[in-house]
Amino acid sequence: MRYIEYEKIVSAVEALCIAAAYELPEDVLAAIEQAAKKESNPTAVKILGQLIENARIAKTEKIPLCQDTGLAVIFVEQGSQVAVEEDGGTLIDAINAGVAAGYEKGYLRKSVVAEPLNERKNTDTNTPAIIHQQTVAGDKLKLTVMAKGGGCENKSQFKMFNPTADKEQIADWVVSVVAQAGADACPPFVIGVGIGGDFELSALLSKKALLHNLDRKNSDKFYAQLETDILNKVNATGIGPQGLGGDTTALACMIEAAPCHIASLPIAVNIECHSHRHKSVIL
Amino acid sequence: MDEIKKLISPLTEEAIHGLKVGDEVSLSGVVYTARDMAHKRLCEAMESGTQLPIELEGAVIYFLGPSPARPGQVIGAAGPTTSSRMDAFSPRLIAGGLKAMIGKGYRGDEVRQALKNYGAVHLVTIGGAGAFLSKHIVSAEIVAYDDLGTEAIRKLEVVDFPAVVAYDSYGDSIYK
Repeated sequence: MRYIEYEKIVSAVEALCIAAAYELPEDVLAAIEQAAKKESNPTAVKILGQLIENARIAKTEKIPLCQDTGLAVIFVEQGSQVAVEEDGGTLIDAINAGVAAGYEKGYLRKSVVAEPLNERKNTDTNTPAIIHQQTVAGDKLKLTVMAKGGGCENKSQFKMFNPTADKEQIADWVVSVVAQAGADACPPFVIGVGIGGDFELSALLSKKALLHNLDRKNSDKFYAQLETDILNKVNATGIGPQGLGGDTTALACMIEAAPCHIASLPIAVNIECHSHRHKSVIL
Repeated sequence: MDEIKKLISPLTEEAIHGLKVGDEVSLSGVVYTARDMAHKRLCEAMESGTQLPIELEGAVIYFLGPSPARPGQVIGAAGPTTSSRMDAFSPRLIAGGLKAMIGKGYRGDEVRQALKNYGAVHLVTIGGAGAFLSKHIVSAEIVAYDDLGTEAIRKLEVVDFPAVVAYDSYGDSIYK
């Protein structure tokens, strides 16, 4: 068994939170730049240019890309041969300590309330983080921080389809979810789709799908084609950047599929705004 | 689009009536920030007849909860939050003299009707461009509901703040 110091995990998560808030991933920036070149609507071209300028200012002047620096969603891939050093706290404690430190030191907005319905009092630390853990082979610890904004998360949806539904029905429903999100959720979007699994797994898959590089090709031809079909239909809506019209309503659509019950076809759509912030590290 | 229209807040009825859906505007002057909880409190104060912490007549409200300012900065990132969450509260504030709101996205029918009845507008600016937009804010101070943190009401002074008229005082909307 390999052991990692507790403090090393805290520091790593802190650094990821700060980097995610200030640096738009290169693939996202490249996708916006490419969209701006192809865009036929002048208003859309102007807005896409402002998003590129926003990314430049954020990085050089250390101002967060967006004031909603998000709920910290952490994906953990923990090798079966690696653990937090004995006498340290748990991995969950280390991650939350890292998030709290990152949001404080990075001048990031704390957007978490302790309890959802009664008092909604801000925890002032941006914790607890949402943490998804997975055990994998090996002795490495991979940590991914996604800073997920509330505006786009609010427009995500889930639906149970009949198992006999075809891919056109699925595509049309995903497009309708995107259209309902519209201007409210900061297009151009990245669309994550989880297909299969069960109620909660499909939702998790829809968020995990967002972590792929935007120019990745799905290794399964059927799903690769469905991704292209959905993206084309979404961009044919004309919603455009900020909902003010144009060809660029989404930058990418990415699907994650999983085995499911013979009676079920769960589908979840996670809407992500253009400020698609995520960073990873392997310890 | 035509040339950019300059607006100075507090806004006059005349300025509002000169605005049409799709107009690009450049706003300077005082703007108050308020989002969900602050709206709820403002409306509760109006219900109970308590003195409001801000002057609504001619005012502009920006649906914003900024990120913290670094030392030496006026404000952190400062882009709009989703406007529709304020739909339940905005008609009351518009009836009380509010002339413009800045946010992102759609407004409901009751807000559109209030904009028409009382002569006000809804402006949208670029969601997710918080760093870019912060450059147009030259001062910021908390003036009410300090306990709400980022959701407290801040009095901002903005210079040439860019926005587009999404809903005008004639009942029109920019969205198809």
